[in-house]
Amino acid sequence: MPSFERRDYSLSGGVADAVALDGERIERRVEERWWSPEIPRATLKKLTRRGDREAWWNFAPWLLLLGASGLIAALSWNSWWAVPAFFVYGTIYSSSDARWHECGHGTPFRTRWVNELFYHLCSFMTLREGYLWRWSHARHHTYTLMVGRDSEIDIQRPANLPGIIADFLYLRGGPSELARIVRHAFGVLDGDVRDFVPEGERAKMIWSSRVYVAIIAGVGVWSLAIESFLPMMFVATPRFYGGWLHHLLAMTQHAGLAENVADHRLNSRTVTINPVFRFLYLNMNYHVEHHVFPMVPFHALPKLHEEIGDRTPPAYDGLWAVYRELIPVLIRQARTDPDHYIRRALPETAAV
Amino acid sequence: MSGTWIEVCRTDEIDEKDVLGFECRGEKYAIYNTASGFYATAGVCTHEAADLSMGLVIDDIIECPMHQGRFHIPTGKAKSAPACVDLKTYAVKIEDGMVLIELPDGTFAESTA
Ligand code: FES
Repeated sequence: MPSFERRDYSLSGGVADAVALDGERIERRVEERWWSPEIPRATLKKLTRRGDREAWWNFAPWLLLLGASGLIAALSWNSWWAVPAFFVYGTIYSSSDARWHECGHGTPFRTRWVNELFYHLCSFMTLREGYLWRWSHARHHTYTLMVGRDSEIDIQRPANLPGIIADFLYLRGGPSELARIVRHAFGVLDGDVRDFVPEGERAKMIWSSRVYVAIIAGVGVWSLAIESFLPMMFVATPRFYGGWLHHLLAMTQHAGLAENVADHRLNSRTVTINPVFRFLYLNMNYHVEHHVFPMVPFHALPKLHEEIGDRTPPAYDGLWAVYRELIPVLIRQARTDPDHYIRRALPETAAV
Repeated sequence: MSGTWIEVCRTDEIDEKDVLGFECRGEKYAIYNTASGFYATAGVCTHEAADLSMGLVIDDIIECPMHQGRFHIPTGKAKSAPACVDLKTYAVKIEDGMVLIELPDGTFAESTA
């Protein structure tokens, strides 16, 4: 297999074709460049309305399922039943990534402290240190898939196929994320992090990283003390052994789509999925809609889709429809043509 | 500080718990109708200059449409990241059913120069 020179996706690398920045390393009014559909103010207000009830309808059963599956998994330890039991527990646990994301936008709960509580809990569970990733994700929304500006381009070109496969067990992203948390706990920050986390926020990030390290190390010591890996099966490791579903769903967000375009219809995907996956993934399968109006909470995204669906490319009909198109593109990127990508066709009605 | 009072709109042109954008001499302002009264702040977010008139009013908070940073409307105080720098606020008064905001005189001197 030929190997192509990797593009420089770093933020501090001075990429030649990236968007121009001003003195504060931000292109002012960048938001005005993005495609945005017109939608009546009253409709938008209805869609963005906040309440705790809809969020609890999702988060309460999730917590119950997490607790129940964890209890069954613990009871089945030392038997073969532990394998399916921890598979289920790990899958539910890894739904914390979708919750980290949604709470980071501050949209699910109207009550701020509940939102923040879940934000930090889920940040820890999914191993995305909360202060760092709030800034990283803001950058992702400003410069979605703009090379050298977006800190969250997960599937870079040319596609790293073994890495993509390894991430079904979080074996590519996970160790580097853990290493970054440890580095930050010791106050060592790399150039990219300095680029998007303002100086005034770095102390919080460092202290939060120390708390993460202390908890994980504490559970590790407990495991050693009782000579059983069981405690470790409940903290941090579930994000690895149970990460498959999240990776399967999250790959559909942007992988294989256009880079450096100011139109979320061309660099993001909406895909229909079954209600169980939607419950675990908090409707992030409506990813075009999420990027176009990030202040719309997860439960209102299907309605937003109805509202603007005539101005966006058709939603993919199921995960298979996405992967049937995506897999050959990733293989082609890796083998022969690193610049190849999926060009989404815009509907005729797409003027506004 | 002395300033000039500018007419913005009729009071009934801003729904309760909502925000209206207003532009004067190239500057954007956001005018709010909250349960505790009418207020005015700078119209663009201090984080990355998103248009706050597209944002969401929740009680006395304006949430930025771009990254959901939050500001306290009456004081302009930045309440949650990524909004860290406070918004400028402007005095507001109601006269004959109209909303007026007081802009510093410098606004005009600068923009007409
Ligand atoms: S532009 Fe307002 S929070 Fe980022």
